[in-house]
Amino acid sequence: MLAEFLQFLFSGLTVGATYALAALGFTLIYNASNVINFAQGEFIMLGGMLAVFFTMSGLPLPVALVLAIIVPAIIGVLVEKLAIEPVKGAETVTLIIITIGASLVIRGLVQVWLGKNTHSLPAFSGDEPIHILGATLLPQSLWVLGVTALVVIALWYFFSRTLQGKAMLATSFNRTAAELVGINTGWVLFMSFAMSAALGALGGILVTPITLTSYDVGIMLGLKGFVAAVVGGLGNGLGAVVGGLLVGILEAMGAGYISSSYKDAIPFVLILLILFFMPRGLFGGKSTDRV
Amino acid sequence: MKKSVFYGLYILIAILIVLPFFIPNAFYMDLVIRMAINAVIVLGLNLLIGFAGQISLGHAGFLGIGAYASAVLPTHFGWHPLLAMGAGAAVTGLLAALVARPIFKLKGHYLAMATLGLGIIINITIRNEGTWTGGPDGMPVPSLGLFGFDLTSDKHWYWVVALLLSISVWASLNLIDSPFGRALRALHGSEVASQVVGVDIVRYKVAIFVLSAVFASLMGSVTAHYVGFVTPNLADFFHSIELVTMVVIGGMASVYGSIVGAVLLTALPQALATFEGWETVAFGAILMLCMIFMPKGLVPTLAAKFGKGEQ
Amino acid sequence: MALLDVKDLSIHFGGVKAVQNVSFSIDAGIVYAVIGPNGAGKTTLFNLITGVYKPTSGEIRLDGESIGGKSPNELATRGVARTFQNLQICMNMSAIENVMVGAHLRLDRNLIKAALRLPSLKRRDAEMREEAAELMRFVGLEQFIEARADCMPYGALKRLEIARALAMKPRLIFLDEPAAGLNPKETIEVDHLVRKVADSGVTVVLVEHDMKMVMNLSDRILVLDYGKKLAEGTGAEVRQNPDVIAAYLGAHA
Repeated sequence: MLAEFLQFLFSGLTVGATYALAALGFTLIYNASNVINFAQGEFIMLGGMLAVFFTMSGLPLPVALVLAIIVPAIIGVLVEKLAIEPVKGAETVTLIIITIGASLVIRGLVQVWLGKNTHSLPAFSGDEPIHILGATLLPQSLWVLGVTALVVIALWYFFSRTLQGKAMLATSFNRTAAELVGINTGWVLFMSFAMSAALGALGGILVTPITLTSYDVGIMLGLKGFVAAVVGGLGNGLGAVVGGLLVGILEAMGAGYISSSYKDAIPFVLILLILFFMPRGLFGGKSTDRV
Repeated sequence: MKKSVFYGLYILIAILIVLPFFIPNAFYMDLVIRMAINAVIVLGLNLLIGFAGQISLGHAGFLGIGAYASAVLPTHFGWHPLLAMGAGAAVTGLLAALVARPIFKLKGHYLAMATLGLGIIINITIRNEGTWTGGPDGMPVPSLGLFGFDLTSDKHWYWVVALLLSISVWASLNLIDSPFGRALRALHGSEVASQVVGVDIVRYKVAIFVLSAVFASLMGSVTAHYVGFVTPNLADFFHSIELVTMVVIGGMASVYGSIVGAVLLTALPQALATFEGWETVAFGAILMLCMIFMPKGLVPTLAAKFGKGEQ
Repeated sequence: MALLDVKDLSIHFGGVKAVQNVSFSIDAGIVYAVIGPNGAGKTTLFNLITGVYKPTSGEIRLDGESIGGKSPNELATRGVARTFQNLQICMNMSAIENVMVGAHLRLDRNLIKAALRLPSLKRRDAEMREEAAELMRFVGLEQFIEARADCMPYGALKRLEIARALAMKPRLIFLDEPAAGLNPKETIEVDHLVRKVADSGVTVVLVEHDMKMVMNLSDRILVLDYGKKLAEGTGAEVRQNPDVIAAYLGAHA
C-alpha cells in the first residue's frame, strides 16, 4: 500500500519537476512580454535530443550537456528576435499562432535532421535503484529533483538579489514605468527567452534517461508545462513550481490508481476544472485580462 | 456589405459546376472533394476565429466526435447513418454548449488552453476506447445510403460536397451581414462598446462556438463516410492546428479566404509528400510568415492590393 | 421623480477610493455636466452608472428601479447609451455598420433567420441601414456613409460614437469628453450637436474639460474632486462656489 503510493509519488515528482521547469519558462516569458510561448515544449525536446546527438558524436558528457542547453537558448532568442519582436503589440490570437508556427518548425527540422527514432541517454550516476520503504527510486530521479531545486533557488536569488533580476521583475509589473527608469526592456525580453529555453532544455536533458526522447515529445511536455503554469496562477513563479509538481503527482497517481491509458488526459481534465472554477489558478497570479 | 460579395458565390458555383469536366483522374477528384470538405469546416471555424475573434485549438476534437459517431453507431448499434450523423452533431452541440459558458468567461491564453485541453481529452478518449473505436488503428465506416442508393462513387460525392459548400458560403455571407453577424464582429472590434449597445457578449460567443463545433462535427461525419475509414488522427492536436492554419493563411474574417486556405493547405501535403518531415516545417513556416508579413491573410491582402475590398 | 437617482455611490480599487459617497439626481430632459480635474473620478462614475464597473456600495436608480451592479447590456435594454473617452469604434467594420450595431436591441437577432436570409429580416435591415445613414447625416458624417471605420479621421470617429449611441434610441446618453482632442472649430460643431441631441428629447450627461462648452450647454453641473462631490448646481452657482474655485485654481480658500 504505502510502497505503491511512494512509487507513484516518486515518479510523479520526477516528471513533475520537468513540468515545473517548463512552467517556469512559460512564466518568465509571460511576465516579460505577455506572450504564451507555445514553442516551450520544443525546447524540452531539443535539450534531450541535442544531448543525445552531441554524446553520440563523441563529445564528453558534460560538454554535450552544456551545449544542449546553450543551443536551445540561442534558438529561443532567435524565435524572439525573428518572430515575436516584428509583431509587437499584436492580438493574443496572432501571438499564439506565431509561437505554434515556431514550434512546428523546430519539431519538423529535428525530425528531418535526426529522424523519428526514440533515443535515450545514460543515467548520470548509474541505474542501481535505491530502495525506500519498499518503493524504488532511480538515482536519475534524484538528479532531476536536485537540479530543479538548485535552479529554483538560483532563480529566486537572481530575481530578489541581483539588479538584472529586479529589472526583469520591474518590467513584468509595468513595462512603461520600467523603461522610464532606464531599464532596457529589449534586453529583458532577450534574457527571458534565453532563460526559458535553457530551463526547458535542462528539464529535457535531466528526464531523458528515465522517459526517453524523440522528435515529437515536445508538444505534450510543453502543454503540460503550460497547464502547470496556469494551475499555479499564470505569472506566479513559485506557483509554477508547485503547479508542475502537482500536475506530475496527480498524473502519476491517476495513472496508478485509475487508468494508465488516460494518464495524458489527467492534466487537461485538471486544467478545465481549474479554469471553470478558479480561473486565476490555485495561487492567484495576474488577473485574467479584463477591460 | 455590398451586393457584390455575392458575385463571389456565383463565381464559386460556376467553378464547381464546370470543374468535374477538367478533373483528369480519380486522384485529383479525391483531392478536390477533400478540399471542399475542409473548406466547409474552415468556414465555420473562421466565423469563430476571424469574425468573432475567439480562438479554438481543439476543433479537430469536434470533428472527431462527428466522424466516430458515424463510424461507431451504425457499426455497433445498427443506426441509420443519417441518424448517427444527427446524434454526433447533437452530442457535439451539447458538449460545446456545456463547456462554452465557463470557457468564454476566459480570454486569450486561457481560452486557447481550455479549447486545446478539451480537444486533447476527446482525442485520448477515442484512442483508448478501442473496443468501440478500434483504438489507434481506427475503424471502417459503413457507406452512406441516401434515398435508396449508396453514395459510393466519387462523382456522386463531388456533387454532394459541392452543394454543401455552396450552401455554407451562402449561409455564412447571410449571417455576417445580419444583426447577429454584426454583433459578432462588433464584439471582436470592441467588447465594451458592443456590451454597452446591448450585446450579451458571452451569449454570442457561446452561440458561434456551438455553431462552428456542430459544423465541424457534421463535416467529420461526411469525411468518415467519404473516406470509409476513421483514425484518431482526425481528432488530434495537429489537425486542429492545420484547421487554424487554413483560416489564417486564407484570411481571417474572409469567407472566400476560408476556401482558398482550405484548398492550399489540403494540396500542400500532396506537394510535400516526397519530402518526409518537411510538411511540418512548411506548416510552421507558413503560420509564422503569414502572421508576420500578411496578418490579414491571402484573400483580404490581395483584395486590398487590387483595390476592391471584400466588404 | 428624477430620471436618474444616485445615492452614496462608492467604488474602491484596492486602497484607491476612486468615487466616494457621491449623490446626485438628474431630471429628464436636461443637459447635466460632470466636471473636475483629471483623476477626479468622472469616467469612473460613468463606468459605474453604465454597468462597466460594479459599485462597492451605494445605490443607482433609473426611474425608481435599482440598476446598480447590472451589466452594460442589461442597462442598454433600459435605454442607457454612452460614448467613450478613449474611442471604442469597431475598426473591423464599416462606419455605417458601427451605427447599425447601435440598433442591436431593436432588430431581430435570430441566427437561423439570418443564415436563411428571410425577407422580413432583410427588409428590416435595409430600413435600419437607411435610418443609420440618416443618423450619420444628423451628426454631420454624410461624407462617410460609405466609408470604412479604419479610414476615418479622429474627429469623425468621435461623432460616429454619438451616432451609434443614438441608434439605440436611448432615454439617457452619457457623453465622455466628446470634444477631447478636437480643434476649436470641431469643438463648436460638437457643441451644436450636443444641443441638437438634447433638443431631440434625450437626457444628456456630459463629461467635458472645455469649460465654455460646459457652461454653454449644461442646465446643471456636478463638480468632482478626488472622487468626492465638491459642488452641484447651475453653472452660475458652481462658478461662484469657493471650493470649486479653490480646486480649479489650486489655492485653498
